[in-house]
Amino acid sequence: MTESLSATEPVLAATSAYLVESLPELWFGLVVATFGVYLLLDGFDFGVGVLFAEADETERRQFLAAFGPLWKANEVWLVLFGTVLFAGFPAAYAAILGRYYLAVFALLLALGLRGLGSKFRGERDDERWVRFWDRCFVVGSAAAPFLLGAFAASWALGEPSVIAVVPLLAGAATVALVTALGAAFLCVKLESPIRDRLVRRGRAATAGYVALGTVTLVASVIRYPALRSEIQSVPMGGLCIGTIACAGIAVAAATGNRYRWFAVATAGLAVAFAAFIGVLLYPAVDPATGTTIADAVAAPLSLNLTTGFAVIFLPLIGTYFVVLYSLFDDPASDSGQYQHG
Amino acid sequence: MSVRIPVSAIGDSAADLVATIAFLSPELASRIQFGWTITVHILFASLSIGLAPFLVYVTVQEVRTGDRRYARLREFWTKVFGVGFVMGTVTGIPMGFMFGTNFGSFSTTVGELLGGPLSFEVKMAFFLEAVSLGVLLFGRERVSDRFYVLSSVLVGVGAWLSAFWVLVVNSWMQTPRGYEIVTEGGTSVARLTDPVAAFFNPRFPWMYVHMQNASIIAVTLLVAGVAAYFVRTNRESDAWRTALRLAVVVLLVTSAFQAVHGDAYGRHVADTQPHKFAAMEAHYETGQADLHLVAIPTDPEAITDPRAENLYTISIPHAASFLASGGDPTAEVTGLDDFEFESPPVAIVFWSFRLMVGLGFWFIALGAWGTYRYWRGDLAEADRYLQVLTASAPLGFVALLTGWYVTEIGRQPWLVQGVLRTAEGVSPSLTSTEATLTLLGFVVGYLGLLAAFLLVCKGFVDEERDRCGVGDRDDTDGTTDGRPREVTADD
Repeated sequence: MTESLSATEPVLAATSAYLVESLPELWFGLVVATFGVYLLLDGFDFGVGVLFAEADETERRQFLAAFGPLWKANEVWLVLFGTVLFAGFPAAYAAILGRYYLAVFALLLALGLRGLGSKFRGERDDERWVRFWDRCFVVGSAAAPFLLGAFAASWALGEPSVIAVVPLLAGAATVALVTALGAAFLCVKLESPIRDRLVRRGRAATAGYVALGTVTLVASVIRYPALRSEIQSVPMGGLCIGTIACAGIAVAAATGNRYRWFAVATAGLAVAFAAFIGVLLYPAVDPATGTTIADAVAAPLSLNLTTGFAVIFLPLIGTYFVVLYSLFDDPASDSGQYQHG
Repeated sequence: MSVRIPVSAIGDSAADLVATIAFLSPELASRIQFGWTITVHILFASLSIGLAPFLVYVTVQEVRTGDRRYARLREFWTKVFGVGFVMGTVTGIPMGFMFGTNFGSFSTTVGELLGGPLSFEVKMAFFLEAVSLGVLLFGRERVSDRFYVLSSVLVGVGAWLSAFWVLVVNSWMQTPRGYEIVTEGGTSVARLTDPVAAFFNPRFPWMYVHMQNASIIAVTLLVAGVAAYFVRTNRESDAWRTALRLAVVVLLVTSAFQAVHGDAYGRHVADTQPHKFAAMEAHYETGQADLHLVAIPTDPEAITDPRAENLYTISIPHAASFLASGGDPTAEVTGLDDFEFESPPVAIVFWSFRLMVGLGFWFIALGAWGTYRYWRGDLAEADRYLQVLTASAPLGFVALLTGWYVTEIGRQPWLVQGVLRTAEGVSPSLTSTEATLTLLGFVVGYLGLLAAFLLVCKGFVDEERDRCGVGDRDDTDGTTDGRPREVTADD
């Protein structure tokens, strides 16, 4: 073995104490929160991709103009979620990703198709080229949330494979969720007759999400008797009520042409989804192996240091997003007024 | 895998090949998958790193002078940057996840130490780059000149900070410091004891300077090659003549610097990873070593199994001893036979190193040749030179990849030098079928991706060439307000 320790005194010495006693739990909260923000923000983009399937060429350009400047930044939240889990709970990260090996790569493939499809379609003036990448965009945008939902449910329930009844139901529910998110996002961004259709799709998707979510929960109670008390707990009940309330507001706001409220209410649905996952997991980070937060959490010096960076940079990242979203806040016009990129 | 292919249809050797692929061990499949993924990813990561300073320069010039030619260069290279960034993201995101999917034991052992820097990369750099790029690609019409210049600078800062943290992680694996090994419940993990020593480990500054400069060289050569092509299409194109002049001078300076830096870097490798140094020189028996400037295999076997003493070489006697020891021509250099662990794949390391160094000298020559013609004032008329420059456009990326192979393959069998072998880092749950399936997916998928990227870039070049057509003097009709032409989705 080569020399393993430096001769000089460490600037930051190893310590046996976390910055605050509950730092491991807070860090677990950060894992769930980054997942939620990712689901919310890229959920808008996936929804745009799903709705893209039935749009005509003019509408497609509007859709792409509306989401073009934003999706790359939204996608980074997935990477942040991954690295936050890795930095906080490295052994759990390895176990979880190893278990859902093929599903993880399928998700990455879907994300690749989405990103390349939307970017490449406009780069060449060739009918077949455009159609090919359009298909990639739609398929990727539908498959990614499906796999993400299935992955999240398997992880939270400790199911060893995503190909099981409840994860598959959760995946379908997630597709409905992002469709509602996408419809709401486009209603805010586009001023055109297409809004009427988006409202109809958004309402149907919201109702579909509530229906599929209910079936998923009922199926979970039946399939996982050991988790019955956890699934029927007070926080879960609260989240169910919150979800139904958000869905009600979303449908009413969409019907009343109050698009920003429509977007906020569907965003509430996504946040509640992440909270479901967090409540189901806690106090484990990997229910399949029973690994708890305390078992898997990184040592104090590593976690304290990473927390320091998070405290400094998360507000800054929030600021970037406020700036980015306000810069591209105004409705995209019929011709798609953003400069081609 | 249980795919049955009729042997008679494809012949014995093909059947052997199928069998070999079908039974790749999880370790080998994971290594090839990671190596292939990084091979493709690094091209686009380097494109971002190298192109960012160039974009900042032309954007600043455009805003400062209002000169149309800078707007034109910015428009062209921003398009390339935008597509390259998406390629970089699509190919880069899987890599972080592969630490968990394919190298789970590695993540369990050193994740606590390396998870931090990887999350810093995302928090400090990746967000910054992705958000600023949204403004750079879509915001020319909506933000002030100053804000636009700032966004181009921030895209560059993001790209360079990304590389910073990724190379912190990589360099720690080459020269690990600032940690201790603790065993908990039968599992050994590396625990951070000194972040400064760990993150600013001995290899880090060498690697960072060499890699960033290599990226600049690669992109400079690309810009030079493309500019040479357009200048030959239209000698009057002010925009591309400007790009050409800039590129040849930058090429000379950066490639000369890389040679000097690389020489010192080699000494550092000899000190800290002697087995890698021995593999670079195919030096098997401990003793005095010569430096082989040029090596030519005398029989086919020497290609796959190079041994310095068996090759036809042009060498400087004792120079490797001199370099490795920092001045003693008689110093002993430890040969590969004398290490107690197995050697890295010597052939790849040895030939990659030679290719990288050879290309490096070719770049110096190209830079010097071009700078001389520029000084004489007939750079745009130097037809032969412009052709050679265009043909050499992709070679910077080849040099960069071969350098990366020397670094990464040369450290085998270690994943973390002296701490964790590659074979010990693979996920224990990974099956041969899973690993082989995804490997095939990555090979096919990324080849398709590269083809699509090249097709898109060819489209950019064709479009620009049409604009550059002979007699088209749109570059020279004075200045504009520095704004690009209005582009709509109908374009």
